[in-house]
Amino acid sequence: MLRQFVLRVLELLAVLLLVSFGVFALLSLVPGDPAVAVLGEGREPSEYAALRDEMGLNDPFFTRYFDWFGGVLHGDLGSSLIPPVVPVWDRLVAAMPVSLELAGLGLLIALVVSVPLAMWSAYNEGGRIDRAIGAFTFGLLSLPSFLVGLVLIAVLVNSMGWFPRTGWVRITDDFGGNLSHVFLPALTIALMEMAMFTRILRNDLVTTLNEDFILAARAKGMPPLRIMVSDALRPSSFSLVTILGLSIGRLVGSTVIVEYLFSLPGMGRLVIEAASTGNYPMVQGAVLLIAVVYVLSSALIDLSYGYLDPRTRRARA
Amino acid sequence: MTSESKSPILVVENLRTVFHTPRGDVRAVDGVSFELRPGETLGLVGESGSGKSVLGRTVMGLISNDARTTVTGKVTLGGVDVHGVKRAVRRKLWGTEVAMVFQDPMTSLNPVKRIGTHLTETLRFHLRCTRKEAEERAVELLTQVGIPEPKRRMRQYPHEMSGGMRQRVVIAMALACDPRLLIADEPTTALDVTVQKQILDLLGNLTTERDMATVLVSHDLGAVAGRTDRVQVMYAGRTVEQGRTSEVFAAPTHPYTDALLASIPQIENAPHSLLRAIEGNPPDMANPPGGCRFAPRCGYADTTCTSDLPLLQPLAGPGRSVACHHPLLAGAAPVGSEHTHGR
Amino acid sequence: MAGSGIAHLRADEKRALTVENLVVEFPVTGGVVHAVSDLSIDVLPGETLGILGESGCGKSSAGRALMQLPAPTSGRVLLGDAELTALKKNDMRRARAKMQMIMQDPVSALNPRRKVKDLVAEGLEVWGFEGKDRAKFVDDLLSSVGLDPAVVRDRRPHELSGGQCQRVCIARSLALDPDVLICDEPVSSLDVSVQAQVLNLLEETRERYDLSMIFIAHDVAVVKNISDRVMVMYLGKTCEVIPSDDMQNKALHPYTRLLLASVPSAADAQARAAGEATAEAPVKDVELPSPLNPPSGCRFRTRCPLATEQCAAEEPVLREMRPGQFVACHNVSA
Ligand SMILES: Nc1ncnc2c1ncn2[C@@H]1O[C@H](COP(=O)(O)OP(=O)(O)OP(=O)(O)O)[C@@H](O)[C@H]1O
Ligand SMILES: Nc1ncnc2c1ncn2[C@@H]1O[C@H](COP(=O)(O)OP(=O)(O)OP(=O)(O)O)[C@@H](O)[C@H]1O
Ligand code: SF4
Ligand SMILES: [Mg+2]
Ligand SMILES: [Mg+2]
Repeated sequence: MLRQFVLRVLELLAVLLLVSFGVFALLSLVPGDPAVAVLGEGREPSEYAALRDEMGLNDPFFTRYFDWFGGVLHGDLGSSLIPPVVPVWDRLVAAMPVSLELAGLGLLIALVVSVPLAMWSAYNEGGRIDRAIGAFTFGLLSLPSFLVGLVLIAVLVNSMGWFPRTGWVRITDDFGGNLSHVFLPALTIALMEMAMFTRILRNDLVTTLNEDFILAARAKGMPPLRIMVSDALRPSSFSLVTILGLSIGRLVGSTVIVEYLFSLPGMGRLVIEAASTGNYPMVQGAVLLIAVVYVLSSALIDLSYGYLDPRTRRARA
Repeated sequence: MTSESKSPILVVENLRTVFHTPRGDVRAVDGVSFELRPGETLGLVGESGSGKSVLGRTVMGLISNDARTTVTGKVTLGGVDVHGVKRAVRRKLWGTEVAMVFQDPMTSLNPVKRIGTHLTETLRFHLRCTRKEAEERAVELLTQVGIPEPKRRMRQYPHEMSGGMRQRVVIAMALACDPRLLIADEPTTALDVTVQKQILDLLGNLTTERDMATVLVSHDLGAVAGRTDRVQVMYAGRTVEQGRTSEVFAAPTHPYTDALLASIPQIENAPHSLLRAIEGNPPDMANPPGGCRFAPRCGYADTTCTSDLPLLQPLAGPGRSVACHHPLLAGAAPVGSEHTHGR
Repeated sequence: MAGSGIAHLRADEKRALTVENLVVEFPVTGGVVHAVSDLSIDVLPGETLGILGESGCGKSSAGRALMQLPAPTSGRVLLGDAELTALKKNDMRRARAKMQMIMQDPVSALNPRRKVKDLVAEGLEVWGFEGKDRAKFVDDLLSSVGLDPAVVRDRRPHELSGGQCQRVCIARSLALDPDVLICDEPVSSLDVSVQAQVLNLLEETRERYDLSMIFIAHDVAVVKNISDRVMVMYLGKTCEVIPSDDMQNKALHPYTRLLLASVPSAADAQARAAGEATAEAPVKDVELPSPLNPPSGCRFRTRCPLATEQCAAEEPVLREMRPGQFVACHNVSA
């Protein structure tokens, strides 16, 4: 078991190393001149060249990579090229909680809605409720997420005035205010994921409900809701968990869009801004951090299979 | 027999279960009646698809009227009209009045639940006892079904046990709340030969001890032969013959029972002896033949058989009846074909 | 039981199939599955050898290894005089056509998209059939397995019942005029009333085409009925080889006796009813040991009522106890 764990951690580290390299390499390839980003346009070519030299951009690729990576190991991701010239790390620390809260809350809402919905749908398999829920989720899936966001803004913000349109309040400053700011964007994200979750879980539940052990549980006199929650849900959630793992990647994309839409100061906006101004240390740092979060949460998902299915525990041990 | 003086715990009257499928109506159970008294064991035999499992489940009420199923007739279980009461009332019977043992112990236990949980959740739900009491009782039950080291087994998952052990757990689960009727649906079909007999013996002993009524569903006539008081032979959803097990097997009167008994290889047979096979295949239940369901495969069939559905008629012998226009009473000769091999 | 040895092989006679020291192992994560360990078989022309054993004892693995599907880990397989295990791939495939196999699940053994007539002629296509009238040949085969060619010729497998599919499989295997037919539980998945049809058909076919047969099954009575000789297997090893006539009364190996005692019968149930109905004592560990890590010495010893220390230390070898009866057990005598 310990050996398994150590292997697993080593594997994670290897992946992260590879990611760091990928991030660095990719951004070295994209067009744009950092010197231009710092000095602005219209200077003498010699000025740019001097700055490039000073920034070490003319060093061999691997020297640059190891310089950067050495810094990363010490928690130094460099400084922003664009004023305000602050350490990249500080900006990330400010932006990361916003995105994490947004994505986390979005997933939470999606799960809280989709699990009961899927159960209700599966319980009435083939019936009117099942078909209605099927049609609804299918409809949601075919809409792009920004459209959903725009509709929500139009209805709940502009017409009803229930929620603030943009901006952000930190959770540590004002819990209620934070919630009212994060709710709509999180809902936008949740709606997309929810449709997918509901469909996946519903299908697996239908399969599980036809299993003998469900019949056996019914024959013991257990009430339907209890069978659904305590017998059917866990063995039906493998695909859901897999999709959850995959959706983390997708979530990165949708938070970018949603943060932009609601002008939230999260990672998404940070990356877009930094990328469009050629602020490459910022982009590198942000992408690396996102990758780390992604890899860690995938590892968490992997671990949860063991909880879900005791049979895989033995296979791993 | 003392059991015949007791009042029946289960009365099934003219039960029909029809599934409405895209291929048409499947009449899985088509007019079956029987009674069962405490301490009595009824064997339900028939081939795959003859409606045994559906009958067992309809009797329990696990299959009931819904959008795709029509159940008619009446099942009275411990005085309750199973299909006439609300679902919640029916559910109260399950586990306490009637319990079921399933065919495949690999699939009838929840793979993600510990063995102990399977037992304690039933006990706690029905008997409203504390966790500790339930656990003690569960250990007791596991001991009764012959599981070594019950305390350790409680913490195991189903996949960590062999098929035979799992079936013992299923039996323990069924008996947890002392039901008065047990329906065992092919309890040994999925098990290894060396384990089958142990399980049948265990079931026999436990039900005798508790004076339970038992329905033993099986396609293995050998398993039913010595372990049931009465037997009911099913073909295509209908009862074709019933009576005391010993009498039915000693002198079958329905051509199907007769042919089925003769078609099974016996260990006493000489090597290379040909079997008396039944020609043809069991009917498609969505589209059964008119008249006697067995007529297309029957060596005694005539035009009456293909046009009129034979009903159960009483014969000599307690509870003995047969649904055939030409029952094989002593001396009756088959119409047309000869027996190629006597038994 | 659970022993090795070749005492039962009949070297002085002409044999249709000879298998010596067959070993089938599957490497898996965490070890090696010892599916078949040192199995030796011979079958005379026209003879039927029954292989009897519980689920997981390696019956199918042995059957497939004979067909070289996949080739065994070690051991020799001789079909007539051709040593399949020594031939090059193409020669082996050609030689192997004289041995055919029938599987447990007839429906999945047939390509669902092909018509019956093409399925039966499959082998002919591969090996280039010189004869003029292929259609007639196929029709004859279909009639010989009791199918009406006019009815089934153009159907596909899903339009046939399980019994009919098994007949098609038999017809297909006969197309190449084999010498040896390996039947792996050919009736286990069929309706009770259809089993007898297929068993009779196999019996008649063997006689008509003068085949040697290996019949694999877990049902004692079925094996006894169809075989001349029965080999009882346990966890990849041989326990006993016995003429099927002697099975019921003269079997010696404790495992064979356990199998025989497990056949449910009216008589033993009545005996049970006469005795006391009390709660059972906990059963002995009846679980089949893992083929990943089989017991030392005799593999049956963990379940054997006669087991002694010798059984854990030494593997028993097949010994002749009576003419034609060979037993691998330290603690039985004739
Ligand atoms: N839910 C269902 N919908 C439609 N048809 C069904 C359904 N359940 C069972 N049937 C059909 O009812 C018939 C009887 O099935 P049943 O399972 O009772 O047979 P059985 O006698 O138990 O056979 P086996 O020995 O294979 O268990 C079969 O033809 C089956 O296809
Ligand atoms: N491809 C494989 N990889 C790993 N293990 C295998 C493989 N095929 C078979 N086994 C294992 O080898 C052993 C023998 O299997 P085999 O299928 O030969 O048994 P059998 O006697 O035919 O059983 P059954 O009656 O269930 O068909 C089993 O433990 C099985 O799990
Ligand atoms: S009624 Fe006719 S067809 Fe049916 S079993 Fe009797 S003799 Fe055969
Ligand atoms: Mg059934
Ligand atoms: Mg097999």
